[in-house]
Amino acid sequence: MIATLTVAERQRAIAISAVLALCGLAMAIAGREDLFGVHGAIVLIFGLGCIGLVMSSYFAPEPSDERLKRYYDDPTRVGIVLSLGWAVVGMFFGVWVAALLAWPDLTFDAGWASFGRLRPVHTSGVIFGFGGNALIATSFHVLQRTTRARLPDQFSPWFVLIGYNLFCVLAASGYLMGITQSKEYAEPEWYADLWLVIVWVTYFLLYIRTLQRRKEPHIYVANWYYMAFILVVAVLHIVNNLAVPISFGEAKSYSLFSGVQDAMTQWWYGHNAVAFFLTSGFLGMMYYYLPKRAGRPIYSYRLSIISFWGITFMYMWAGSHHLHYTALPQWVQTLGMTFSVVLLVPSWASAGNALATLNGAWGKVRDDATLRFMMVAAVFYGLSTFEGSFMAIRAVNSLSHYTDWTVGHVHAGALGWVAMITFGSLYALVPWMWKVERMYSPKLIEVHFWFALAGTVIYVFAMWNSGIIQGLMWRTYNDSGTLAYSFIDSLVAMHPYYIARTVGGLLFLLGAIVASYNVWMTIRMSRSQAAAGAGDTDLPALQGAALQAGE
Amino acid sequence: MREFFHRKLERSAIGFVLAIIGVSAIGGFVEIAPLFTIGDTVEKAPDMRVYTPLELAGRNIYIREGCYACHSQMIRTLRDEVERYGPYSLAVESKYDHPMLWGSKRTGPDIARLGGKYSDAWHVAHLINPRDVVPQSVMPRYGWLMRNELKTEDLGRHLKAQRAVGVPYTDAQIANASSDAYGQASPDSAFASGVSERYGDATNVRAFDGEPGRLTEMDAVVAYLQVLGRLTDAAHKQAATAEK
Repeated sequence: MIATLTVAERQRAIAISAVLALCGLAMAIAGREDLFGVHGAIVLIFGLGCIGLVMSSYFAPEPSDERLKRYYDDPTRVGIVLSLGWAVVGMFFGVWVAALLAWPDLTFDAGWASFGRLRPVHTSGVIFGFGGNALIATSFHVLQRTTRARLPDQFSPWFVLIGYNLFCVLAASGYLMGITQSKEYAEPEWYADLWLVIVWVTYFLLYIRTLQRRKEPHIYVANWYYMAFILVVAVLHIVNNLAVPISFGEAKSYSLFSGVQDAMTQWWYGHNAVAFFLTSGFLGMMYYYLPKRAGRPIYSYRLSIISFWGITFMYMWAGSHHLHYTALPQWVQTLGMTFSVVLLVPSWASAGNALATLNGAWGKVRDDATLRFMMVAAVFYGLSTFEGSFMAIRAVNSLSHYTDWTVGHVHAGALGWVAMITFGSLYALVPWMWKVERMYSPKLIEVHFWFALAGTVIYVFAMWNSGIIQGLMWRTYNDSGTLAYSFIDSLVAMHPYYIARTVGGLLFLLGAIVASYNVWMTIRMSRSQAAAGAGDTDLPALQGAALQAGE
Repeated sequence: MREFFHRKLERSAIGFVLAIIGVSAIGGFVEIAPLFTIGDTVEKAPDMRVYTPLELAGRNIYIREGCYACHSQMIRTLRDEVERYGPYSLAVESKYDHPMLWGSKRTGPDIARLGGKYSDAWHVAHLINPRDVVPQSVMPRYGWLMRNELKTEDLGRHLKAQRAVGVPYTDAQIANASSDAYGQASPDSAFASGVSERYGDATNVRAFDGEPGRLTEMDAVVAYLQVLGRLTDAAHKQAATAEK
């Protein structure tokens, strides 16, 4: 991989890794009294590791200009592997924390192993580790194919991918040590947040530079979504993470906002992380891989436009439905509820557009588990957006909020939609990337599909039951007009559902392990087969700027 | 017409970027900006006090251990919640909470009004092993809180950063942060009187973990849990007025 970088790019990679390592050293020294120093050491080792990696092939011959006639896919390949690695790690932590709610002593007597520190490792591991890497990997692939232009240089995609994973490592290791801001899905502390801003700006510049080099006059729908994902996540991340650190040698910081303003900012962030990370980004994935795999064009261009702008405009209003009946002013709650309900229109426009695209290809859906992953993802997308709009209604929310119903809803979206569309896309993408005809084992894709579907259904049904029972028990009165159940009564009633949820999660984890094995074997298979270079049609447009290296 | 316009937009990457930013900015702006400018968003509560350094340290441990993932601190304006937990939460009660810890899930009960509900000894026993006092509980054990000495030398910097984001700590409070933390958990020491002086006579000054000589993380967490819902009487007063 290093050998495909030009010598200038190798030098740039070493220089930037050295700067990173120096930053790590400075952090380690400034924070030697604090956990900040541990993170400094991690950054230092990470930077040195990157230098070592580049040095290992530094003296390889300069790549020929032939490379400019092909798309640059090395970062996508690495991103796919990283994504699956994080999936297994993140889901393992998920199963562990699920088990802890049924058997609370299933852990070690140490801070790092307690529920509160493990849970964010699960959420960040699957959302940012698994989901984020998959988004970055697929966005590089889709971007090049839909613009018919090669990435403008070969260094910045690596910076984005590797830098992003450094952020994920800092996040996960920080939680285990107790470094957290406590803002849900924005837990990493100020220095990790700053680093992510640098990575993200590079990501955006890379995206826009490639778009400017495009050989297609129109920007394809998938890129609208990837762009919205990149742009809006940047805005959300920066605003919600505004904080004042207690010193530049310590990890702890205090959020700039407090109380009700902080709550609104946090859930404006939180809900739109769902919207623009877990929805827009993955819709970008769907709009490319689903029609490609089905061999059918997108059903309706107009529906694409309506749903894209609908989602981009309306989601930003919806965050306050997380704060119904709280100390947040009523007018904000009402606005949030209203837009959440109307959001159903663009959401179902997207889901419907995807399903209608499959018209004429339903035979393939039956026979091809990869396409079936994508179809089921679109169905779950439709179901969970309906559920989301429903739960945002104030009266429904009074029952569902604070209960497991919310957890079930999130997992219907995260397992049923996000993970399914990702696995479907990866199964389509991996053979293209490693130049083999098909995945190592179509049968294992089939096995994975049923594990994933069964796991999701068991999980979601368990949480619907527990959530609704919980909500009802909390508000039940007996004949004498007093509350019928103590809190602990409701907790005891949850026990069987918490076991069922653990089983559902375990099935889903098994599926991810099967997927990783299948991808691994596909990669090995590709190595033993002769590289099929001739007759390759997956190439960028060959006039003008495509032949210029951007460096 | 609309079709035509959009096809043009699709041909301009920069135009598309600007359109996304413009369209997505509106919602957040309309909902968030007024919360800072509309006066009655946060009620007035003249008796509201700031966290002592020990309570703040306890709050930071609460954050560190991820307690907010299972305990909310926001009682909603619903009859069953008010009867179960106490008067509903007011915005002013978390005015000094950077960040807020309203929470989003009740695997355990809401604790917005936990302060004073149980004894210190109950909390210590419960944190060491929740199942010793509530057999059906699924809460983790936090035995290390009792084993870890509390770090206090950095508390002055914590208070300073808090002041930078708008919490009205005085110079004297910042200067004495470390000794106040020690004094609040050591009622017989020379540092104890300063705590009531600087934070008011109603401040709890006692050996929260039952061991007066040692300042542990347990002292800090219990001090924090015992002040939840007690920084101001505003919510109780409002409930009393409503009943009349």
